[in-house]
Amino acid sequence: MVSHDPGTNVGPAPAAPHGGSKRGSSGLPDNPRQDPRQTSASGARRLLDAASGPLHPVARDTLLAAVDVGWADPARLHVEGRRARALLDRSREVVAAGLGVRPGEVSFLPSGPTALERAVDGMAYAARRRGARTVASAVEHSAILVPGRARAAAADDPSLLAEVAVDPTGRLDLESWEAALSAPGGVVAVLQSANGEVGTRQPLEAAREVAAAHGTPLVVDAMASLGRDDVPTAWDVLVGDARSWGGPPLGVLVVREGVRWQWSQARADVEHGRTDVTPWVPLVLAAAEAWQQTAATRADDAGVARGLVDDIRSAAAAVPDTEVVGDPEDRLPHVVTFSSLYVDGEALVDAFDAAGYAVASGSACTSSTLEPSHVLAAMGVLTHGNVRVTLPLPAVSPGLVDDVAAFAAAIAPTVGGVRDRLGVGDL
Amino acid sequence: MSADDEAVVDARGERCPLPVIRLARVVAERPGVRVVTVLATDPAAAHDIPAWCRMRGHRFVEARAEAGHAAYVVEVVRPSTPAGAP
Repeated sequence: MVSHDPGTNVGPAPAAPHGGSKRGSSGLPDNPRQDPRQTSASGARRLLDAASGPLHPVARDTLLAAVDVGWADPARLHVEGRRARALLDRSREVVAAGLGVRPGEVSFLPSGPTALERAVDGMAYAARRRGARTVASAVEHSAILVPGRARAAAADDPSLLAEVAVDPTGRLDLESWEAALSAPGGVVAVLQSANGEVGTRQPLEAAREVAAAHGTPLVVDAMASLGRDDVPTAWDVLVGDARSWGGPPLGVLVVREGVRWQWSQARADVEHGRTDVTPWVPLVLAAAEAWQQTAATRADDAGVARGLVDDIRSAAAAVPDTEVVGDPEDRLPHVVTFSSLYVDGEALVDAFDAAGYAVASGSACTSSTLEPSHVLAAMGVLTHGNVRVTLPLPAVSPGLVDDVAAFAAAIAPTVGGVRDRLGVGDL
Repeated sequence: MSADDEAVVDARGERCPLPVIRLARVVAERPGVRVVTVLATDPAAAHDIPAWCRMRGHRFVEARAEAGHAAYVVEVVRPSTPAGAP
C-alpha cells in the first residue's frame, strides 16, 4: 500500500540532499512564497545585517529536501530512522573535516549560545574538585558573561568570574589575561576568535599559551568567524553557530580528544554525551551543505567583504563626529561598526530602514534594556549613535556590492538628517 | 573659580544621547564655563561622557555615585575641538 503521508512517500535510497527536484513528490506546492529579500532596484531592501541569516540558497534547498528524507529520529531502528542516522553521520563528517577534527569530537546542539554555555559547564564540572573560576574577556558573548555573573553572585564570590579588559580596539589585554589566570581556582578560560559586534580578532595563540602555562583549558567561541575567516586551531573546546556560514541556527560543540570535559547531565547515547536533545537532522544537513558551499568560495568572498568593509569604514570616518571602531586591519572581513555623536541608535536604524537598509545597532536605545552593548562599553567607545553592519555572503545577497556602495553614500546624509531633526547640527 | 565658571546639567531621567547633547550645548553656548557637572541616571552616560571628552578634546575628571544617580565632572579645554571636525 502506498503511503499518502508526504513524510514517508520518498524512495528508499537516501537522496542526495540537493536541489528542489524532490519537492514535486512531496505534494507541497513549489516555492509557494516569493523570497521577501530583494537587493536591487529602487524601493528594494538592502540587507546589511546578516548576523542571523538568511540561509545560503543551496542550504535552503537542502533543508526543504531534507524535511522529506531526514525527518526521522536517528535513534530509531526502522528504515526512516536509519536513513536519518546516515544523513546525520555524513553531515557530521562534513563539518568535522571542515574544522579539521574527528567526527567523534563534534556534537550538534540547539543553538550556538547553548553550545557555548555547555562548553563552559562541561569544563567546570570536569574540574569541579580543583576550583570554579572562569576567566573570560570582557567582550565575550552574553552566554558566557550572564551565567558567569549569576554564578558569582549566587556564591557571593566575585572571583568566580574574571572579566579581562580589552584595549580600545576590543582586543584582549594579554597582561591582564595572564594576571587573571595566575589567580588560584581557575578551571576554564574563554575567548572568542573574533568579536561579532566590532570584528576585532583576538590573539588566540598567545592567549592559549598563557592559559596552558597555568594549566587552564581554553574554550574558543568562533560563532562570529566560522565560514568567514580561517578556522581557529588554538583551542581545547571550540564552539560555532551554523548561522555564521549561511546555515540555519545550530550549535556546534567540538571537544578535542583528551580534554577533560564532562556534562553533569550527560546521556551517553545523545551527541557523545554533550546534550540531551537529538538534533533535527534536516537542520544538520542544511548546516553541512552551507559549510561546503561557503568553504568553497570563502577566500574570494572574504576578499570581497574586506574591500566593501574598507569602503564603509572610509565613508563613515568622513562623517563629522563619527568614530569607526574595532581594529581596521586585524579583523573579520565582513563586520564593521561606527558611532556618531548626538544621535540615538534607534533613530539611525529607523532612518536607514526607511531608506531600505537593514542594519543593527549596539546602542541601548535599540535594545529592550537600558544597558548599551557591553562590547562598546568595555572598549571605552561611544555607545550611542551606533550602527553595526554584518555583510551577508555574496551567494545570499547577489546585490551586495551595489548595496554597500549605496549604503556608503547614504551614511553622511542619513546621520546629518537625524542630527538636523534633533536640532544638534550645530554642536 | 567663580560660579560663572561652573555649570551643572541635570539630565536625571533622560536617556542617551540627551545627557551628552545637553553637556555639549552648555559648553558651546557658555564660553566662560570651565567645569561642567552632569547628573544622570542613564547607564550609557558612564561610557558616553568620557568618550565625548576624548573625541572633543576635553578632560574627563571623575564619575561619582550619588543618591540615585551619578555625577560626571568634565573640565572644558578651550579652544575645544570645533563642531564638525571629524
